[in-house]
Amino acid sequence: MGEAKQLVTLAEMHTGESGTIVQIVGGHGLVRRLDAMGIRAGKKVTKISSVLFHGPVTLKVDSVHIAIGFGMAKRIIVEPDKYLPRGSSR
Amino acid sequence: MMRILLMGNPNVGKSALFSRLTGIRIIASNYPGTTVEFTRGRLKLGTEEVEIIDVPGTYGLEPTSKAEEVAVAMLKEGDVIINVVDATNLERNLNLTLQLLQQKLPVIVALNMWDDARHRGIDIDVAKLERLLGVPVIPTVAVTGEGIKELVGRIAEARCAQAQHGDLSSDERWAKVGEIVKEVQSLSHRHHTWYERLEDTTFHPVGGMIIALMILVATFWSVRAIGEAIIGYIAEPIFERLWAPVLMKLSLVLGSESLWHKVLIGQLIQGQVDYLRSFGLLSTGLYIPLAAVLPYIFSFYLILGILEDIGYLPRLAIFLDTFMHRLGLHGYAIIPTLLGFGCNVPGIIATRILESRKQRLIAVTLISIGIPCTALQAMIIGLVGQQGWHYVAMVYGSLFVSWVVVGLILNRTVKGFTPELLVEIPPYRLPLWRAIVEKLWLRISSFVREALPIVLGTVLIVNVLYFFGAFDTLAKGAAPLLIGLWGLPKEAVVALILGLIRKDVALGMLAPLALSAKQLVISSTVLAMFFPCVASFVVLIRELGAKDTLKAFGIMLAAVLAVGSLQNLII
Repeated sequence: MGEAKQLVTLAEMHTGESGTIVQIVGGHGLVRRLDAMGIRAGKKVTKISSVLFHGPVTLKVDSVHIAIGFGMAKRIIVEPDKYLPRGSSR
Repeated sequence: MMRILLMGNPNVGKSALFSRLTGIRIIASNYPGTTVEFTRGRLKLGTEEVEIIDVPGTYGLEPTSKAEEVAVAMLKEGDVIINVVDATNLERNLNLTLQLLQQKLPVIVALNMWDDARHRGIDIDVAKLERLLGVPVIPTVAVTGEGIKELVGRIAEARCAQAQHGDLSSDERWAKVGEIVKEVQSLSHRHHTWYERLEDTTFHPVGGMIIALMILVATFWSVRAIGEAIIGYIAEPIFERLWAPVLMKLSLVLGSESLWHKVLIGQLIQGQVDYLRSFGLLSTGLYIPLAAVLPYIFSFYLILGILEDIGYLPRLAIFLDTFMHRLGLHGYAIIPTLLGFGCNVPGIIATRILESRKQRLIAVTLISIGIPCTALQAMIIGLVGQQGWHYVAMVYGSLFVSWVVVGLILNRTVKGFTPELLVEIPPYRLPLWRAIVEKLWLRISSFVREALPIVLGTVLIVNVLYFFGAFDTLAKGAAPLLIGLWGLPKEAVVALILGLIRKDVALGMLAPLALSAKQLVISSTVLAMFFPCVASFVVLIRELGAKDTLKAFGIMLAAVLAVGSLQNLII
């Protein structure tokens, strides 16, 4: 209560966890591409899956599943719906 | 003539709608990026004929791949836009709609997948949407034809609503889309379908990987089983019991020494027609495409079509992504690669879904080197398979290793960048068997139409060249290379050269040479890797341009020299 907002990257989120996209940290090109696919600040996002060894992350925005590279997932900053303890790795 | 463009996000059903409107069947599948070129067709609108153009899907009007470039470039050519919108994903689709409305072109919206939206409990107030957009909106179901008549009837009402929307920045546009969606869409609760549950399983990191492997194994197994069954129970009996007697009668009429006999029937082997060795137009010329290859074309495209329409293929991209990055590609390159197993031509064209020049050069080169088309595979299985399955495995193993090694090298040497994977994964859909059959028919008939004449032409050329003794000169010239490096008899040079035209016929030409198993393995591998056939060559130049095609050829030549020689040393 009263604690600072916890922000994580999509890459750090747990599978099945939901949140709201706060910001996309990246060049104009990346932001524009993600934006056209409906991935943009203010959208609700759910992480559906990840693949071992920093493989792609699958996310859900509205009713659409989108697979994105791990590097992109690290650039998507999300405010999770619930505060969850997280490992300190990554 | 008035030109009408079908535009919209990827995988919303533009190609299905195109087929409905024009009666021209084109390939439609359940994954983004099925269409990478535009297709033209005609539609009768009252008394006037109009042109309908199917345009590749795009998320926005600033292109990020060659396929999207094609889409945006088409905007200049159109007079009217039919904006195809996925009703199950209104928000993102309307973002493109608003951009299209700012193009000063009359627009009409087809609210497609209307049935799906209903099933998902999505209710859209069409009249209100029409008012807010300022253009006609017609709910449609392209795959069943629902709403198509109304859409056609209202094309004349398409109007330019630029004034109503003005110039919007990206943020303003999203805000406007948000307002519209809020006004017109209401969601009701509904139950999950069984295939949506399946969806979650195939995303699972471990479970999904296992399913991917199982699907690949099942695919290869069933393609082979179905292909073999058709050959064994249908194709062989027809050719042996029905066609062979006809040819024998013809042989008697022509006389075995006449020129016509040589051209039409070829050599009789021990007084009989031997479909692999006689090499006449009516014997081998028909047998290779229709009895040896066609059954596998049928089975491969049947299975591929089912996987395409279920929507499974993009999921493979997720699991192969990390590996494909080592080859300078990303996971979605698996789609052109899989298409290449059917025929390299559509595979090479499909590389347009990849974003960078580096990726496209690598993908095209790897398809040309390591991915044997169905026609060639059918002959490899037929010919090399007679010597034992482990020899077939050697051919496939060599091709796979070359594919990986060349990819690893190209990733390090080709300049440019490989972007990360970014792809929409379509929902699973139950395939409509009618759509599967139509697509299969489309692919089979295009094989028969395009391949059969080339096969017959090749067989004819072989006969003419034999007649003039041109092969002796060729064989002598190439002898050192073939004997020294690859351990092949000098007669094999003819086959390898004919590989430039049709690879299945080329491999068929090796049949009369009584090659050893090792020689068969080497020549099959060399044929698969070496120079593309004439059809692939044409698209290679078109897709890569002359300079990169030359580069690709250099790589192919180096690879085939190395692999053939290595096989000769090792096996």
